[in-house]
Amino acid sequence: MNAKTLFDKIWDSHVVRSIKDGPDVLYIDRHYIHEVTSPQAFNGLKDRGIPVFRPGKTIATADHNIPTKDQHLAIRDLLSRNQVERLNENCQKYGIELFGLNHPKNGIVHVIGPELGYTLPGMTIVCGDSHTSTHGAFGTIAFGIGTSEVEMVLATQCILQPKPKSMRITLEGELHKGVTSKDIVMYIISRISASGATGYFVEYAGSAISSLSMESRMTICNMSIEMGARGGLIAPDETTFEYLGKIPSIPGIENLKSSVNEWKKLQDDPKAIFDKDLKFDAGLIKPMITYGTNPGMGMAIDDSIPLTDNNGNNASASFLKSLDYMGFKPGMKLLGHPIDYVFVGSCTNGRIEDFRAFAKIIKGRKKAENITALIVPGSKKVEEQMAAEGLIELYKSAGFEVRQPGCSSCLAMNEDKIPQGKYAVSTSNRNFEGRQGPGARTLLASPLTAAAAAITGRITDPREFINEEQKVKK
Amino acid sequence: MPKVKFITLESTCVPLPFENVDTDQIIPARFLSATSRQGFGDNLFRDWRYTKTGEKNSDFVLNNPDFTGKVLVAGKNFGSGSSREHAVWAIFDYGFRAVVSSFFADIFMNNALNNGLLPIVISDDLLKKLHALIQKNPDTKVKIDLEKQTFTIASTGDSVNFDINPYKKECLLKGLDDIDFLLSMKSLITSYENNKSQ
Repeated sequence: MNAKTLFDKIWDSHVVRSIKDGPDVLYIDRHYIHEVTSPQAFNGLKDRGIPVFRPGKTIATADHNIPTKDQHLAIRDLLSRNQVERLNENCQKYGIELFGLNHPKNGIVHVIGPELGYTLPGMTIVCGDSHTSTHGAFGTIAFGIGTSEVEMVLATQCILQPKPKSMRITLEGELHKGVTSKDIVMYIISRISASGATGYFVEYAGSAISSLSMESRMTICNMSIEMGARGGLIAPDETTFEYLGKIPSIPGIENLKSSVNEWKKLQDDPKAIFDKDLKFDAGLIKPMITYGTNPGMGMAIDDSIPLTDNNGNNASASFLKSLDYMGFKPGMKLLGHPIDYVFVGSCTNGRIEDFRAFAKIIKGRKKAENITALIVPGSKKVEEQMAAEGLIELYKSAGFEVRQPGCSSCLAMNEDKIPQGKYAVSTSNRNFEGRQGPGARTLLASPLTAAAAAITGRITDPREFINEEQKVKK
Repeated sequence: MPKVKFITLESTCVPLPFENVDTDQIIPARFLSATSRQGFGDNLFRDWRYTKTGEKNSDFVLNNPDFTGKVLVAGKNFGSGSSREHAVWAIFDYGFRAVVSSFFADIFMNNALNNGLLPIVISDDLLKKLHALIQKNPDTKVKIDLEKQTFTIASTGDSVNFDINPYKKECLLKGLDDIDFLLSMKSLITSYENNKSQ
C-alpha cells in the first residue's frame, strides 16, 4: 500500500465516486451556511422542486451582514434584513438547525462550529466562505465553496471537486515573546506570496505548530486561503482532544474516548510524500504587519517597505498602485506611523485567546485619543467568557467598548466601516482595497500589535510592552 | 436544468492588466445583500468604475468606449480572496463570457466553470503580448474554440491550447448541469452513507 498523507486519507475515504478525467464526487460530513451565500442556493432547490437531502448535516448562522450594536432591534439596512429573514425562512422550511441573530449561541460561522463541537477530526467540511479553512485546525478537510456548490451540498450532500495537490509547511524552533500564530501565518504568506499555495491543500507540521493552542491553530489554518491554498490542516493531537473534551456535549458523539482512539489514527504515514515541502524557522519570526493591499505584502513590524514586489520586479504597476492606495512609499518605515482605527475580531482573531492577548497590553493603560476601536467578539460564547473573566470591564476602564458578535469590520457589510483614507490596524484576514469600507486602508496584524497601536495611536512594536511587563515582573 | 452552452467565441477584449485582482474588487461586499443571481453587473468593479461621488471614473477601462467585448483580459492571480460567487455572476451579468489570465485563484476558477464563464490560462509572455496588442489596437480580436481547446489572437495568428477539466468541458459544450448529474447518483450516495455508518 502506498504511504498516504493525512489529507489523502480523509479525502480518499470520502470519495463516493471518481469520475474518469474529471472531479471526484466528494461526500460532505458537515455543511455550514450563512445569510449571504445561501439564498441563491435555496432558490435553486425551489426551482427544481427538491428538498434538502440531509438537513441534519447543515448548520446555519447569521454573521456577515448583521449589526454589532442593538441586535435586539430590527436590522436597519433593508437588504441585509431581507437576507437574514430569508435564512430564517429557509432553515425553518427545510429543517436546518439555525443559530441565527439573537440566538444565545449565535456567532461567526468559523467560531461557533468548533466551539459547539460540530467540527470534528477526520471530517469533510464546506461552507460558502473562503475562511472555512479554519476548521482544518482539528484535522479536517475544510474549504470554502461558491453558491453553486452550496446548492450541490444541499441537494445531494456531495460536491464535485478535483483533488488538490499536497503541500507540507513545517515550522521548527521556538517562538519569541510577542510573536503570535497570526505572525506565523502572516510570515509564511509574506514569504510565499498571496498565490504561493494556489492549487494545494496545506498541512502544517513541526514543533512550533504542535506547541500551539487550538485557537492559535485555527488562526493559522484560517489564513491558508490568503496564500491561495484551498485549505490547511493540522493533525489532531492531545491538544485537540483536550479542547474537544471540554465541550459539554458534542453532537453525534456518545463515547468521546472511543472516538479519540479513532482520531489518533489521523496522521501522515511516515513515508508519505508531499507534492511540495517547505520549512521555516519559527525563531526568525517577528511581529508582522502588512503594508500593501494583499496579505502577501507583509513584513516584520520594524522593517522597511521593500523596494520591489514579491516577484522582485522593481516598481511594477500593481505594486505601486497598491502602495499609492495605502499612502506609502517603497523603502518607508511604518513604526510610529499614526493610525485612526483598531479592529479586533473576525474568524481569524475573534476567539477568547485573542481578547486575552489584547487585554494583556491594554490592562492598566488608556486608549489613545485619536483611535476609534471596534472590539467585536466572534460569538456570544466568547462574549460571555470575556464577561466571566472580567475582560469587558477591563476593556471599558481602558476606554474600549465591546460590541456584539459578528463579522463586522472584517468585510464591512454592516455599518462597521472604516472611513475613506483612514488607517486601521486590524486583526482580520484581508487588506484588500476597500475591504473595510470604500477607501479604507487596512494594516493586518496580531491582537498584540493591535493593542500596542490602540494605546499609542501609532504603529508600535508590541514587544515594547511585553518586555516592559517582564522588567516589572523581575 | 439545462444551462447556457459555450462552444466558440470571437470577440474584442477589455484589458485589466493588474495582478492580484481579488473578488472584493470585482464586487465589493456591500453589494452582496441581494438574494437573486441577477443584476450584479451594475456593480462590477464598482470602486474602480465610479468616483467617490458616484460619477463614472473616466480613467477606468469599463468606462472607455474604445474597449468593449465579451472577453476580459486580466492580470496574474485573478479572483483571489473571498469565495463569493457573486464575483462571477457580476462578470457574467456585465456581458463577459470568458476571462483570460496567466493564473486564477482556485475557488474563482470553480465558480466560473459552474456558471458558464470560461477561464482561460495562457502563459505570462503571451498575456503580456496580448495586453500590448490590445493597448495598441483596441479592435484586437481573440478566437476561442472550446471543442479544440484553442485560444487564438486573430491579428497575429498566435494560437495556443488551453487546459480544461474534461468533465467541465463536456458540461459547458452540452449545457449540462452538475446538480442533475449529482442527483442521478443518489442511490450511490445513499449506499456510501450506509457503508460508512456500519
